Formats: sequence, C-alpha cells, structure tokens
Amino acid sequence: MKKYTYTQKKDTRSGFGAGLAELGRTNPNVVALCADLIGSLKMNEFIKENPERFFQVGIAEANMMGIAAGLTIGGKIPFTGTFANFSTGRVYDQIRQSIAYSNKNVKICASHAGLTLGEDGATHQILEDIGLMKMLPGMVVINTCDFNQTKAATIAIAKYDGPVYLRFGRPSVPIFTDENQTFEIGKAINLTEGSDVTIVATGHLVWEALQASEKLFEKGISAEVINIHTIKPLDKNAILESVKKTGCIVTAEEHNYLGGLGESVSRVLALGHPTPQEFVATNDTFGESGTPTQLIEKYGLNANSIIEKVNRVLKRK
Amino acid sequence: MEELQKLTIQVRRDILRMVHKVNSGHPGGSLGCTEFLVVLYKILMDRKLTFEMNGFDEDLFFLSNGHISPVFYSVLARVGYFDVDELNTFRLLNSRLQGHPTTHEGLPGVRIASGSLGQGLSVAIGAAEAKKLNNDNNLIYSLHGDGELQEGQNWEAIMYASAKKIDNIIATVDLNGKQIDGATDDVLPMGSIKNKFESFGWLVVEIENGNNIQDIINGMQKAKSLTKNNKPVCVLLKTMMGNGVDFMMHTHAWHGKAPNDEQLESALEQNPETLGDY
Repeated sequence: MKKYTYTQKKDTRSGFGAGLAELGRTNPNVVALCADLIGSLKMNEFIKENPERFFQVGIAEANMMGIAAGLTIGGKIPFTGTFANFSTGRVYDQIRQSIAYSNKNVKICASHAGLTLGEDGATHQILEDIGLMKMLPGMVVINTCDFNQTKAATIAIAKYDGPVYLRFGRPSVPIFTDENQTFEIGKAINLTEGSDVTIVATGHLVWEALQASEKLFEKGISAEVINIHTIKPLDKNAILESVKKTGCIVTAEEHNYLGGLGESVSRVLALGHPTPQEFVATNDTFGESGTPTQLIEKYGLNANSIIEKVNRVLKRK
Repeated sequence: MEELQKLTIQVRRDILRMVHKVNSGHPGGSLGCTEFLVVLYKILMDRKLTFEMNGFDEDLFFLSNGHISPVFYSVLARVGYFDVDELNTFRLLNSRLQGHPTTHEGLPGVRIASGSLGQGLSVAIGAAEAKKLNNDNNLIYSLHGDGELQEGQNWEAIMYASAKKIDNIIATVDLNGKQIDGATDDVLPMGSIKNKFESFGWLVVEIENGNNIQDIINGMQKAKSLTKNNKPVCVLLKTMMGNGVDFMMHTHAWHGKAPNDEQLESALEQNPETLGDY
C-alpha cells in the first residue's frame, strides 16, 4: 500500500496565511478583514504587503461579516478571519442574510476549529460549525488537512465566485500533501487504494486515517483512505465507487456526528448504495481544556479510534 | 416640485394597493418614508439608469429596514428599474418582489437582502470601503429604522465608521418613534439618538419634517456637503408613520397591517391617481 511520510509539521492556519499572502501578490481584488486575531490567523504577511487592502474591525464579528458583504458589491473578494466559533455561530444570521441569501462572494476563513485548539476549552472549541455552514443554501464548506492543502485551498477559493466557509486549525500537523498541488473544490482525493473498508476523513483526521490504515494493513485489512476536503458540495461518486468495492465505510472528522461530514455521507449512501457506516466524531458534546493529543484521545478522534470503528464496521458487512 | 409631489402620491397609492392585494406587508413605515425615497432617487442620487450590481461610479442606496419594501419597490419601479406592472406580484409565489427585499430573484435595484434588522449599516460601510479602494468618488446612502437601532450590530458599525473615517456615507435614520409593539420610548427608550451618534464621532443633520419634500432636499444637500470630511454623516429624519392617510397616522397600528376594502377606498380617495396606477 502507498505510504505517506512527512519531514515537517506546521499548523494549517499558517497555510491559510501563506495562501492569503500569495493572493495579495497575485489578485488585486482580494481584501482581508480580521476581528482582532491577526496573529492567530497568520495574516501578518498579507497585511504588511497590502495595508490598504486590510480592514481591522476590532472585536465585532457581526460588523465584519456585513462589511465583507458590502465590499463584494464593489468587486472585492473579501477573506474574513477569526476563530471558527466566532466565524459561524456568533454571526449566523449575518452570514445567512447578508452573505448566503444575498449570494455574496465572501470567503469566511476560520481557524481554531474543533477540539485541537486545546487549552482554551469549550467556549472556543466549536464542533457544530460544519453543520451550521453546510445547511446554508449555496455555501461551499471546506476543511483542509495540512499546511499545503490549506494554502492551495485558500488560493483556489478566490477563483470561485460565491460564499465559501474554509475551516482549519491551530495545532502543528504533518505536511504530507504535495506542495504544488492544485486544489479542486468538491473533488475528493483517494490517498490509498483498498478493498476491505473505506475511510473517509476530513481536516486533521485525514492524517489519523492514514496512520490507522497502515496499522490495519499490518493486520491484513486493506483500507481505502479518501481525503474529503470539501464537505459541500460532496464528491458523491468518489464515495459510492469506493463503497461498491469495499462494502463498508468509516467517516472521520473533528466535529459533532450531528451535522457533520458523516451525516452527509450517510445521505449519499442511503440514496445511492446503502452501506454499513461507523462514525468517528464527537458524540453530541462540548469539548474541554487539555492538550490536542489528550483531547483527540479522550473524545475518540485519533487513529486508534478509527481502527476501533473499522473493526466494528467490518463485522456489520 | 410638482412632479415630485405627483410621484409621491402615486407611490402612496402603489404602497396601499400592494399591501391590500395580498393582505400583508408594512404600509405605515413605507408611507412615512415615501417623500424621502422619492427625493433620494429623483433628486439626490447620481445613479445609472440601468442596474449593475457592482455600482461602479454611481451612488448606491441600501435599505436596512427591509420591511418597508413596498415603498422601495414602488420607487424602484417608478424610476425605471423594472416595469411598474410587476408591483402586482408583491409577496406572491414566484415573485421577484419578496416580502422583504432580496437579491436572490435578481430584482434590479436591490444589492443586499434585508429584513433581519440591524445589518444594513455594516453592508453600506463595506460598499463605502470598496468605493474608497476603487477611487470612486460617489456616495453611499442607507436608511434605517429607529427601532432597528436597538440591534447591537448597528453600534459596532457606528463605532467602526468614525474610527475608520468612512466619510462617503450618509446613513439616514427614520425617526418615526414607533415599532411593532408600540412607541419606541415605551418598548426600549433610546434617549437622544443625536447625542449617541455625535458621541460616536458622526456628523448629524436633523430634518424636522421628514415628510416635507423641500425640507428633505435642503437637509440632504446639507448632509452631502458634509461628506468627504473624515467623518461619517447621519441624517435624523423625523417622519410620520402612515403619512398621507389620515387613519394610519398618529398610531403604530399600521406598522405591519394591510387596509381592508373600505379602508383602501378611503385611503386612495385621499391620494387621487396622478401618474397612473400599475
């Protein structure tokens, strides 16, 4: 089976910062807004190079979303930056009316998603944001897995005309995707070929899924790992083609099982090819303080949890 | 001036007939802002005759209190953005004239959805920032309800606009003193709105009779003269909800209620046809 290695770890938010900086150099219509979290969102480089195209709005996320919507009317492509919690739940109605319903070309870029921001605890660890955003008609929802993919996604969404939610995180994670990749919205990436089980993962859980697949391989279980960076629109064909071959599936995400990737996959399966499925996701709960490693272990979001669910789903075939 | 008076009366008729037909909608605030929107679109705004979403090199208007859609739609149609016959479809299934304004069905003249209150000023400021980036000297106008100022997002936007010297915007507040549940002073007294805007660093122009066309022209010209001076400009427009229809004035009862057949007849008698009904 294909093995993935890495030489360097970085946070996905830095991939966003690098992508935004590149956009600053290549696309004069790209503007950025931040609600007092420049350092956390890694927006410094863009700001330094394009001070006139950056809007510091202070701790006022609702206003930020409205200003972003207004900027699009003058032909700008605004990228908003704050934590995932304050990018979604806090400003849901502003996004709903002024951005999604109004079909404005705003890129909502959200760091510190999920549990792995760590010690700040549940007030800052949103596990509902994918659900909130995917329910909005017309909203594209992307959750990237490493630095390179986040950078590529940031650059790619500037070329797409319409509202996008781009979700990434705080912890350093292995860089295992290609530095020069082209990011295609809505196109799943098959990372390993397998015949016994499909593992569909998004965000930080993609690396965990690869780790799980290697351990499973040693035990004679052949897992097909698919990187679903775009939760909406979902690459239905990639999922259906894989489960037709493997006959069972595990979905893995740093999000509540309610409203997440797993539920979107369930619908595809129910309509297209009913298949046993297990979920690696948080179980209708808030998070808590701890290190990222402790948290993904306690809440069942690491490679071991994926292996456990694979063993369970294999018995249901 | 006579032309403006005629248009004002015809817009009132449109508003009344639109809400009557579907037995829903918001005539009170619409009638209160009729003169303002007529003056805005006929006299004040430097605008293109055809609609382009990006609004380059023209003045733009954002309606934040979207429930007064009847007056917005009527004025947009009467100044030529779409056929006045389409006013017949207000609030009907498959219409571009949704209950609250939206870009979703592509109605010319509308650049943002509004109705969930308190969001329009932020959007207007964003459009103003884009004009500055584009070296576009045209202005942004916006309209807000007074009750709407109870939404906190407004104050984020008001704070931002003065801090960032957004001086190409004229935000008008419709001071009719009323909201759905009653007088604004009873529901949630806001004290002096003028003092609040001034203390947030805005220039404030007051229009004492916001239903008098000449007063509106004078006040708005003054507001215009204050722009491009490093400060945002606010106009406090004192209006009479339900203006032009005797039984709809001096009450908040017609905020979101349509007249019945008899009431419509009486209201239309008070506003005889001028430019032709749709």
